[in-house]
Amino acid sequence: MAPRDQLLTTLEMARFVARGFLRFDALVPEALNERFMAEVQEGPPPFAPAGTPLSECYAGTAMAEILRLPRLAGIIESLVGPNPRFDHQGIHFNPPAKVFEDMGYPVFAQHTHQDSTIDPRTAFDLQIMYFPHEVEPDMAGTRFIPGTHLRVVSEMACARYQNVVGQQKLVCPGGTILALHHGIWHGGAVNRTDRTRFMLKVRLNPTVRQCRLWNTDDLTPEMADPQPIFDPSRMFAPDPNDVQSILCKAEPWFEQDTGRLEFVNRIRLWRHLLGDDDFDAHHWLTRLENVPPDVRHL
Amino acid sequence: MTGRQKVLILFLTDSSLESAVVAWAQYDGTGERTHMSGDADEPPYATGLDALLDGWRLFQFAPLRPEPPGGEFTTSYLKYEFAFEKWIEPEAG
Repeated sequence: MAPRDQLLTTLEMARFVARGFLRFDALVPEALNERFMAEVQEGPPPFAPAGTPLSECYAGTAMAEILRLPRLAGIIESLVGPNPRFDHQGIHFNPPAKVFEDMGYPVFAQHTHQDSTIDPRTAFDLQIMYFPHEVEPDMAGTRFIPGTHLRVVSEMACARYQNVVGQQKLVCPGGTILALHHGIWHGGAVNRTDRTRFMLKVRLNPTVRQCRLWNTDDLTPEMADPQPIFDPSRMFAPDPNDVQSILCKAEPWFEQDTGRLEFVNRIRLWRHLLGDDDFDAHHWLTRLENVPPDVRHL
Repeated sequence: MTGRQKVLILFLTDSSLESAVVAWAQYDGTGERTHMSGDADEPPYATGLDALLDGWRLFQFAPLRPEPPGGEFTTSYLKYEFAFEKWIEPEAG
């Protein structure tokens, strides 16, 4: 079990539910990054069979120590519980585009996609992306689109979306960790530098119901209190530290109508994580669930 | 040489061509430019109407369909897709 003070806070969890990712810059110390890079030069981190407890993976390697860092262990435990299973790893080895161009191959960015296959579960897998060295702007940092994680699509079927307003292209210091919901749309880019970019992606499956696994010390009943809605003073200046405002903050690519469905689906996921089917944010579900009883005057 | 097609696909915030662009894709059949995922952060036009005003010809748009029973709250692909083209004739001579 990770130390309680290393688990995610309620606000961090709400941000993950709303946007599908959390970013931790330079979380891994430089000495471990360097050891990881030295090991990778000799070969990829050891592959374990799918379903292996994470605690049994990467024995004797830098990656085992990285996964034991208290903060990273706390992030993982908050999202997928204390004993997640290793699903698979992806070693992203992205050489300079010039290498391919010199061989006469066309160079394209990876299409936007959602990993695995159609996955309508409420439970979710966690994808940890570890960037062991600095990623510069032209170095093909992973492109991802915040808030797409609850869209039910079929893997590469969303490849037609070349660019989406609000997409992020990761530029980060070495040792950065991205913690991603499995559903987030993402893709690799073209490396226009003269150095190869590495990234390790590890997919983890929960083995327990994902309910209140984070540090809930800051969770208060007032977070669920009804609030004024469509109040301009709140709509245009939402409180970044209010769970309901976090869950109802639109992404710049949201369509007018389905953006509201995103709020509904975020609230449903938050209910699942809270274990509280009465929670609501800005009245979205309370309104939909209001089916008054039949009262007849005889 | 025959003409070549340029294709522009815009995804808008609602079913009106006047609404804002939230995603886009471009394919250039002339071979002059290669477009790819992640190659721009700003859309080529603010709205679908702006593309018409710049000479793009609309050839397809997504129909409006009611949400399937039981799936009313499922979000999936972007709904408001508008496909445009420009036809580029070869230069004379």
